[in-house]
Amino acid sequence: MAIEVKIPALGESISSGILTTWHVNDGDLVEEGQTIYELETDKITQEGAADCSGSISLKAGEGEEVEIGAIVAIIDETVTSGSAPAPVKAKQAPEKKTDESKSETAPPLLLPETEGKPHAQAPAPHLSPAVRKIVDEHDLVPTTIEGSGKDGRITKADALAAAKASPAEEVKTAAPVPTPRPAPTPPITPSVTASSDDRVTRKPLSPIRRKIASRLVEAQQTAAILTTFNEADMSAIMALRKEHQENFVAKNGVKLGFMSFFVKAVVHALKAVPELNVRMEGENLVENHYFDIGVAVGTKKGLVVPVVRDCDKLSFSEIEQTIVNYAHAARDGKITLQDMQGGCFTITNGGIYGSMLSTPILNPPQSGILGMHAIQQRPMAVNGEVVIRPMMYLAVSYDHRVVDGREAVTFLVKMKEVLENPVRLTLEI
Amino acid sequence: MPEAISYDALVIGAGPGGYVCAIRCAQLGLKTAIVDKNPRLGGTCLNVGCIPSKALLHSTEIYHELLHGAKKHGITAKEVSIDVSALMKKKDGVVDKLGMGVRMLVEKRGIEILTGTAKLLGDGQVEVSGEEGTQTVTAKEIILATGSKPVELPFMPYDGDRIVHSDHGIAFDSAPAKLAVIGGGAIGLELGSVWARLGSEVEIIEFLPEIATGFDPDVAKAARRILGKQGLKFSLSTKVTGVDIGESGVTLRAEGPKGDVTFEADKVLVAVGRAPCSDGLGLEELGVVSDKRGSVTVDEAFRTNVEGLRAIGDLIPGPMLAHKAEEDGVACAEILAGQSGHVNYDLVPGVIYVDPEIANVGLGEADAKERNIPVRCGTFPLAANGRALATDATEGLVKVVAHAETDRLLGIQIVARNASELIASAVAHMEYGGSAEDLARTIHAHPTLSESLKEAALASDGRGLHSL
Repeated sequence: MAIEVKIPALGESISSGILTTWHVNDGDLVEEGQTIYELETDKITQEGAADCSGSISLKAGEGEEVEIGAIVAIIDETVTSGSAPAPVKAKQAPEKKTDESKSETAPPLLLPETEGKPHAQAPAPHLSPAVRKIVDEHDLVPTTIEGSGKDGRITKADALAAAKASPAEEVKTAAPVPTPRPAPTPPITPSVTASSDDRVTRKPLSPIRRKIASRLVEAQQTAAILTTFNEADMSAIMALRKEHQENFVAKNGVKLGFMSFFVKAVVHALKAVPELNVRMEGENLVENHYFDIGVAVGTKKGLVVPVVRDCDKLSFSEIEQTIVNYAHAARDGKITLQDMQGGCFTITNGGIYGSMLSTPILNPPQSGILGMHAIQQRPMAVNGEVVIRPMMYLAVSYDHRVVDGREAVTFLVKMKEVLENPVRLTLEI
Repeated sequence: MPEAISYDALVIGAGPGGYVCAIRCAQLGLKTAIVDKNPRLGGTCLNVGCIPSKALLHSTEIYHELLHGAKKHGITAKEVSIDVSALMKKKDGVVDKLGMGVRMLVEKRGIEILTGTAKLLGDGQVEVSGEEGTQTVTAKEIILATGSKPVELPFMPYDGDRIVHSDHGIAFDSAPAKLAVIGGGAIGLELGSVWARLGSEVEIIEFLPEIATGFDPDVAKAARRILGKQGLKFSLSTKVTGVDIGESGVTLRAEGPKGDVTFEADKVLVAVGRAPCSDGLGLEELGVVSDKRGSVTVDEAFRTNVEGLRAIGDLIPGPMLAHKAEEDGVACAEILAGQSGHVNYDLVPGVIYVDPEIANVGLGEADAKERNIPVRCGTFPLAANGRALATDATEGLVKVVAHAETDRLLGIQIVARNASELIASAVAHMEYGGSAEDLARTIHAHPTLSESLKEAALASDGRGLHSL
C-alpha cells in the first residue's frame, strides 16, 4: 500500500509554500512520525512528518513551490526496515485517508469511468463550467480554493481571486495567441528561477515577503493611520536593570531586558486608556478586555509578530522568558500560525537597528502599535538646568477611525510616566 | 493556380460545429477559413435538419390544433385546409433567413468562406474544388467538421421517391396516404408526426421493444401512448427484413414479436440513425484512425492521430446533436488558442420535438441501475399542473433521478409541451452539481409548466405539494 504525503492545510490564508528542505533522500526508509521535510509558508515554517513507515519516493524538489494538498512524496508501506511489514499500521493509515476525503463533501461521480478511478486521492469538489476553465488554465488545485458559494461551492469570483493570487498568472496571460501547434498549452511553470543581468537581479518574492507586502498595503489602505510622538528618560529603568540584573538572572535564568518594562508599560497605559484596546469589525467596535501584546521579531526571512498572551497576569521574568522563546523559535523558523494570531496591540523596536524616530504601520485588525527607538544621551532641561539623559523617542501609530488623538496622546503620556518611574508599574498607579 | 493561402485554422464543414468553431477561432485572433460545398452555411442542421423540421412541426401543429383542438375553445373555422406547397415555402423562408444570418456572422468575423469540396493533401494542405475551379490552401490546424448523413439499410437503397431519408422527408410535395417510418427515434417520430398531422396514415416500425431509446421505459411508454392518441401507429420489436417496390406502392416485410408481418406504404422513411461523413476527404490516404462506425478517433483536445488535424461534431464519437457539435467547436477553438477547452459530455440534453416534446439529460433510472448507482426518483404528471390545465398541455410528466445518498441530480426526463425549454434549467442545475433539493428549493414562477420540475424534485423526497 502506497501512502501519499500531502501538504496539509495550514490556515485560512495559506495556499502554498516552498518546500525548503528534505530531511530524507529518495528511496530512504522512513519511520512513522519521522520529520521528513520542512515547508516555508507565508509566515511560518512547518515540519512535515511521515504518516507511516516505509520506503519514500520524493515527488517534489527542494525549493519547489507546492500547493496545499499537493502530493510531495509517496511512502511504500510494503518496504520496511524489518522484514515483515507492520499490518496494523498498514490498515490505520488508509482509514484516516477515507475520513479526510469524506469531510470534503465531494459529490458522487457521475460516470462509471470516473468511478472506476483509484480512490487514492480525495475526490475534487464539483466545479461549474466557468470555474473549471479557470482552474484548468491557471493550474489551480480546487481543494485549496475557498468557496464562497452555496454550501462552500467555488464561484467564478473565488476562482478568479485564486488565479490572481497564483504566481502562474503572469506567465499565462502573456501567452501569445496564434501559435496553435502543441495544442493543450504546455504546463505552466511559475517562473521561480532568478534572472539577472549586469544592472539588476530579478527574483520571485518569497511567500513571507508576499504576505508582508499585502498585509502592509492592506493596513495602509484600510485604517486611517496617524502617529503621535513623545519621549522618555530611560535613566530609571537602566538603573533598575543594572542594580537587579544579577539577582534576576540567578533567580529566573533569563536577563531583565527593556521589553518586559515596555510590555508592562503598554498594559498599564492600555488599562488607563481602554479606548486604544479596540478593533473595528465591520460596523462594530470590539473592545478587548484582555492584554495580548504582539512583539515584532526580526528574522532573516522577514518580520514576524508572535503574541505574548495575558501580559497583565505575567511577571517580568515570564514576559522575558516568553520573548526569548519566541526569538529562538523565530530564528529556527518554528513560529506557528497560532503564535501570531490574536493580539490587541503590537510593540516594534526599531531601536535595535539604531532608528531614532519612525512611524510604525498598524498590524490589522489592531488599533495601535508602539514604536521603540534607540536610546541616546541627549541634553535635557531638567528643573532649569541642562543635564545629559538617556532618552528614547516613543511613537504610537493608531487607527484614527476608532481612536481619537486625545486617547492616543494620553496613552503615550501614561507610557512616559511609568517608563520614567517604573516603580509605578509595581504599584499599579 | 493562385499561390496557396495560409491560415491559422481551416475548418472543413460549416454546420453548427464547424461555423461555431470558426467564429470562436476568429474571436481568439486566429486567421480562419471555412470550407463548405453548400454556399448556404449551416450544414445539415440548418438546411435539412433541426431548423426545417421545426418549421414543419410548428406549422402542422397549428393545422392540427385548428382541426382538433379549436372547437373546445369555442372557435369554429368554416373551412380549414392545408396547402403543402405554401407550407414548404414558409419552411424554406425560415431556412433562407437563418442561412443568411449565419453567413453574415461568419463574414463579419473576417472568416474566409471557401465554397467547394475539400480534400486533405497532407502537411496542412487542403484542396478546395468549387465551381470556380480548384485551389490549394494551407493551415497550421485543420478542423474536420463534416458532420453525418442518414444510414442506409443495405437491402433498400434510397431512391428519393419511395424509399427516402430525412432530407426527402422534409420536402414531400403532398402528404402520402400511407407512410411507413423505420425507426422510432427523434427523426422518425418528428417527421412521422408532421405527416400524420397532414393526413398521412403513419406506422412507426421500431426494432427495439420501445421507442425513444435512452429514455426510461416508463417515460418512453407514456410518450408513445400520447403519440398513439394522435394517430401514430407503432410496431415495436419489429425488424424490417425486406422490401418490394411495386407500381402503386411499397410492401415492407418484417419479423414482428408474433411472427412475420408486412406493411403497405406509399413511401418508406428510413430513420435508423446517422453515420459520420468521412468519405472523399482523403482520410484513408493520410492514415487517419477511425472506429468501426466510421467515427474519427480523437483525444481530449480533438486531435486525430495526424498532426495538425482535428475533428469535432458528428464526425467523432458522442451524440450526433447540433448543440454537442457547437460545444466541440468552441472547446476545440479555445484549445487551439492555448486556452483550456472542455465539453461535459455527461450533460448533453436530448430532445424529440413532437407534441408534447420529449427531453432528457443525464442518466435515467435504468441507466443508473445498470451502473449500480443508488437512486431516488420523483415524477410529476402535467395533468396536476395549473398552467398545463389552463393551456391544454396536460399530457406528459416530469421524472427526476437523484443520487439516493447525496441527492445530487443525475438525470431529468420530461414529456411536456416546451420540454426542450424546460430541460435547460435542469441542465444548468446539474452543470453546477445541484441536488434534487436545490431544484426543489429554487423558486419557479407560477403558473408555469416549469413548476412540474420543482414538483418532481419534491416528489423524489416524498414531499410533493401538488401530487399525492
